[in-house]
Amino acid sequence: MNIPGPIQQPPTSAWSMYRAIVGIGAMCALLIVTVYQTTADRIRENQERFLAAAVSQILPAAQTTVAVVQTGAGRLEEAVETSALPVFMGYDADGELVGAVVTAQGMGYQDNIRVLYAYSFELDAIVGFKVLDSKETPGLGDKIEKEPHFLANFEALDATLTPDGDALLHPIVTVKQGQKLQPWQLDGITGATITSEAIGNILNDSANTWAPVLEKNSHAFAIREISEEQ
Amino acid sequence: MLGKEVSTTDEFVKGLWRENPVFIQVLGLCPALAVSNTAINALTMGLATTFVLLMSAMSVSALRSFIPREARIVSFICIIASFVTAVDYLIQAISIELSRSLGAFIALIVVNCLILGRAEAFASKNTLGRSVLDALGMGVGFTVALLWIGVVREILGSGSLFGVALFPDTFQTWTIMVLPSGGFFAMAMWLLLVNWLNERTAEAEKRAQEATP
Amino acid sequence: MSDASHWSVFVNAALVNNFVLAYFLGLCPFFGVSARLETAVRMGGAVSFVMLVASVCAYLINLLLDVVNAPYLKIISYILVIASTVQLVEMLMRKLSPPTFRAMGIYLPLITTNCAILGLALFQTNRGYGFTQAIAYALGAGIGFALALVLMAGVREKLDLANVPDLVKGTAAALIVAGILSMGFMGFAGLGR
Repeated sequence: MNIPGPIQQPPTSAWSMYRAIVGIGAMCALLIVTVYQTTADRIRENQERFLAAAVSQILPAAQTTVAVVQTGAGRLEEAVETSALPVFMGYDADGELVGAVVTAQGMGYQDNIRVLYAYSFELDAIVGFKVLDSKETPGLGDKIEKEPHFLANFEALDATLTPDGDALLHPIVTVKQGQKLQPWQLDGITGATITSEAIGNILNDSANTWAPVLEKNSHAFAIREISEEQ
Repeated sequence: MLGKEVSTTDEFVKGLWRENPVFIQVLGLCPALAVSNTAINALTMGLATTFVLLMSAMSVSALRSFIPREARIVSFICIIASFVTAVDYLIQAISIELSRSLGAFIALIVVNCLILGRAEAFASKNTLGRSVLDALGMGVGFTVALLWIGVVREILGSGSLFGVALFPDTFQTWTIMVLPSGGFFAMAMWLLLVNWLNERTAEAEKRAQEATP
Repeated sequence: MSDASHWSVFVNAALVNNFVLAYFLGLCPFFGVSARLETAVRMGGAVSFVMLVASVCAYLINLLLDVVNAPYLKIISYILVIASTVQLVEMLMRKLSPPTFRAMGIYLPLITTNCAILGLALFQTNRGYGFTQAIAYALGAGIGFALALVLMAGVREKLDLANVPDLVKGTAAALIVAGILSMGFMGFAGLGR
């Protein structure tokens, strides 16, 4: 081709390529790390505040919480790292155990639902419930978040254990709206059957996993020293 | 770009209507439909995108003589991804609730074809000043387009605007509007309106041209 | 490791929460390539392959970043991996099937900016899928994307021959069709739990 084209750039040298890629890489890394460090504290505060607000909403008696994690063979220990599904022991102002708060998740109608529920050692029941994350159908499935008659289920949802303390005595199950007869049943929402059943399944699975372990370890965690720094 | 000298104000204004990224260039559709189910989400997404657009346009323009031709796409993507990561953390620092409702879509700003497109088509070839104006214009145009869609979807789908209820409880909300289908329909509606307006302007201009002897 | 079954992960990604029609991901190629059935099928195949590779890489990147405790590098690592994979696919296609490569034209490199793939990586991370679940997820997402693309292409080819007002032709008609398809896919909700 002899047609004079636009001014040809000289072929790029390897040096200028390296210089560019490494230079850009370094600048980007600097930017990302700087922003991360600057905002890390604030973000952690925000997350703690969000969780604390949720916890005090469903377990008002708790003044302080301690994150716990299962460590095999049904033992419970204080958690060192933050987990995606945190579980807490709640203590009142005198350092006495008032309940536990468990995060659970499962598949709903549309997408994953994440919930928080409060477990009472005294009543052997779920006494508080809050939806953390849900993408259920607006106007139907999202009624689980606010509808009074559904939330009334959680004043004392029975979670008694079998005599050997290994599982729930009566599985938590969702029933049609208005047909709740037993304390371990969840009164569903008409028109949002699948979402209501999903909540029942999520709570059942989670309580089966956690209630036995929480009960078995409740003595070990019964009293918490309130340290002076708080 | 060869041809007539584009005035500096025009660099900004063109992004608002004539070359509006969503309705004319049809770029950046993913976030436009995904996060526009309420007005506040649309506004936040638009502002976040404008910020990334502005910062990456400034960076690309400032470094344009430094970046060789072969490495440009990789460089642009690195720069854009860094600013998106920054915006992600900034929004989390401002409000966890906002960060949750926008979800993964903040991270998806990095693949918004609008930002890469502007970096490639404009910022890499123009001065810092003009690039800033172009980025601002496109960003504002994008935000406004998102807001149009968001406002319609929120009013019809939730009966509210920016969270403030507009109608009495008896209003039957068109829930479909806050669902994905509604996004498609709302966008189609605005696109039709924009096309119709453009056609009318073009016809009026043509008639005016034919009228003058 | 999320405790969702593989089948439910697959069905969810393909139908219930279809990436294009429910999550609005991958719209640029969706509207750009769906005019012809043939290119739609090829694009669907290419995207599925890239999704599979991206999914596996995202899982490995996550493991690595957890070890070095650098979560802020996620976005940038994912996108670089995706860009490289697309480059790889391009080279492979050019070698193995030049006519396909030419037919896909500009759309092949545009897979890099396909939000569906980055979205896949991000969602998979957020939901904490294990390795096999991630594969099921990628397969489901790819098939779902291809399905939506093929359905769209079929309708648009027919629409080209129909009597559509000029104003509505093109993108506006495509958007309305997409809205209706999306409503159709809503019928899958609740499937495969």
